[in-house]
Amino acid sequence: MSLTDAPKIITARAQYDDSHTLERFLATGGNDGLKKALTMTPEAVQAEVDAASLLGRGGAGFPAGRKWAMLRKADVSYLVVNGDESEPATFKDHLLVERDAHQLVEGVTIASYALQVNQAFIFLRGEFALGLERVQEAINDAYKTGALGTNIFGSGFSLDIVVHPGAGAYICGEETALLEALEGKRGYPRIKPPFFPAAIGLYGEPTVVNNVETMSNLPWIVLNGGAAFAALGAGRSTGTRLFALSGHVRNPGVYELEMVKHTFRDLIFSPELGGGVPNGDVKAIIPGGVSAPWFYPEQLDIPLGQDEVAEQGSMLGSGSIVVMDTNTCMVRAAWRITKFFSRESCGQCTPCREGSGWLERVLWRLENGQGRMEDLDLLLDLCDNIAPGLGWPPQQTTICVLGPSIPSSIHSAISRFRDEFLAHITQGKCPHA
Amino acid sequence: MSYFTDGRQARAEQLIAIYPEQRSALIPLCHLVQEQDGYLSEEGMVAVAELCGVTPAEVRGTATFYDMLHTEPVGKYLVGVCTNIACLLAGGLELLEHAEGSLGVRVGATTEDGLFTLEETECLADCNIAPCVQVNHRYVRTTTPEQFDALVSELRDGGRASEIPSHGTLIRTRRDVDLAADPGLVAQERAARRAAVEGQS
Ligand SMILES: Cc1cc2nc3c(=O)[nH]c(=O)nc-3n(C[C@H](O)[C@H](O)[C@H](O)COP(=O)(O)O)c2cc1C
Ligand code: SF4
Ligand code: FES
Repeated sequence: MSLTDAPKIITARAQYDDSHTLERFLATGGNDGLKKALTMTPEAVQAEVDAASLLGRGGAGFPAGRKWAMLRKADVSYLVVNGDESEPATFKDHLLVERDAHQLVEGVTIASYALQVNQAFIFLRGEFALGLERVQEAINDAYKTGALGTNIFGSGFSLDIVVHPGAGAYICGEETALLEALEGKRGYPRIKPPFFPAAIGLYGEPTVVNNVETMSNLPWIVLNGGAAFAALGAGRSTGTRLFALSGHVRNPGVYELEMVKHTFRDLIFSPELGGGVPNGDVKAIIPGGVSAPWFYPEQLDIPLGQDEVAEQGSMLGSGSIVVMDTNTCMVRAAWRITKFFSRESCGQCTPCREGSGWLERVLWRLENGQGRMEDLDLLLDLCDNIAPGLGWPPQQTTICVLGPSIPSSIHSAISRFRDEFLAHITQGKCPHA
Repeated sequence: MSYFTDGRQARAEQLIAIYPEQRSALIPLCHLVQEQDGYLSEEGMVAVAELCGVTPAEVRGTATFYDMLHTEPVGKYLVGVCTNIACLLAGGLELLEHAEGSLGVRVGATTEDGLFTLEETECLADCNIAPCVQVNHRYVRTTTPEQFDALVSELRDGGRASEIPSHGTLIRTRRDVDLAADPGLVAQERAARRAAVEGQS
């Protein structure tokens, strides 16, 4: 296969070694999108984003234009940018904040103008020490060049951006937990309704929460028009998207690809992209972060598009794809993913808090050859308690969707690789060890 | 007398000033305490509480939720090895085991000389260079046991000091915008919101 000739929308600058500097930013069209936006009305900017059909890149894939339209009108409202990026195997925002923080700041300023908010926050996970510094530098640069602060480029529009460090908690990626963290509290997700951020968000005021990648698309969209963006991709999945490829591939990394025009197989095997599986072949892939149900070799020809993946019973989620080769122990993989959820459950809801820990203990004893035949039914039963019916998308009995995401990997592993679980029990050890 | 030293008091005051509500500065201030003390000390939490207008118990209750805030002393170098899925597939657990052996401590413990604390982390968002290792939240990209050991001896010898400051220092870039002097709409709005909140309480 060959790559489509779609432009690089958000990683064009990242090819330069000095992509993070103000000089490179200004030499490569930096602030052109913002300057154009400021000549338009806020409504006209919103209309372009709407026409682009830009789906949120944080995981849920909600159209940004529609989200903006839902913002409750009030004297004070906020824009909060989600750079928590803690979904396992997701590492695309990492690239955007380290390599092109100016683009992010420009995008945030465009969004703030469109929404007419005067205060925005960029929340980054605390482990991004360099990213935090780069974004602060970009903010300082923007102030110095008149792209931020009072009366931006003489337009009369004013904005301040504060970069806010997290302190190590996956759950703060959930937007209402993020707002709690930003208010100086524990990252406990809020109950929706009533706490939809667009109605009752930061400090109780209406708030838009958008992902780092979502924001980074805005300079290009404003400059080239929403229609040009919507002309790329297909169906609801427009534009390009960053795919973070990891696991058993020759060339793991972040690839910007036109939506829908390529398949999982292309991404994994194309010499210009993943370059194939070094040892053996694909056994299973995780298509959109560890919350997503797994795909198998016969599903590799599914296109990389939001609805295309959803129709096949999983999700494109955060755009991260993990490849597991034929030598992978699936019990061990499911155990480690479950251990993650049990460590990161915030503890507010009983099924999530108790269920995740119990599941992890059962998987651990199975992996170590101390499991019992009844354990398989026990695992599925516990999963069913967290997400009744084990369907996709899962039923939610908890405050947020972390809980209902826990069964995905366990259910996938047992459904497809039951004999591997049985081998652990009958052999009294991990057959792969 | 202020708790913070070496210009950190001014940074603490700036943190309080840049948020519409002062409690929002709580976590950034905890990071600032860690920069000064190497961990989140009891006295530091009291200072944060005063600045944010909450009780010390509220600071502790919040801080203990977060993995990066350490209410007990840690080593000068906090070494985190990721064992989550992409790193697991690349031998993350084996690298962690190697790290235990070569540092001579179990996960969670600090070496006797106070230099290294070893942690097993969740995904650090650098999964293409796996297994991922961070020292004081800087990516060091030592994916093999040999590279890991070389880094450890370099750090023991005082190397990489400018790249990897001692534990607690997170953002070294200063926000060099003086909002207090900013007569603009943003500062006005922020002041109005502050006054409204203070009027309620
Ligand atoms: C447990 C959990 C973790 C999440 N982590 C992230 C994250 O790290 N980054 C992110 O942008 N969105 C994350 N989300 C999704 C956010 O709640 C929210 O939908 C998103 O930030 C909205 O931005 P978007 O519309 O631009 O995608 C997470 C959701 C859940 C339930
Ligand atoms: S589902 Fe889990 S993470 Fe989400 S609010 Fe409930 S306990 Fe917390
Ligand atoms: S899984 Fe280890 S850095 Fe992502």
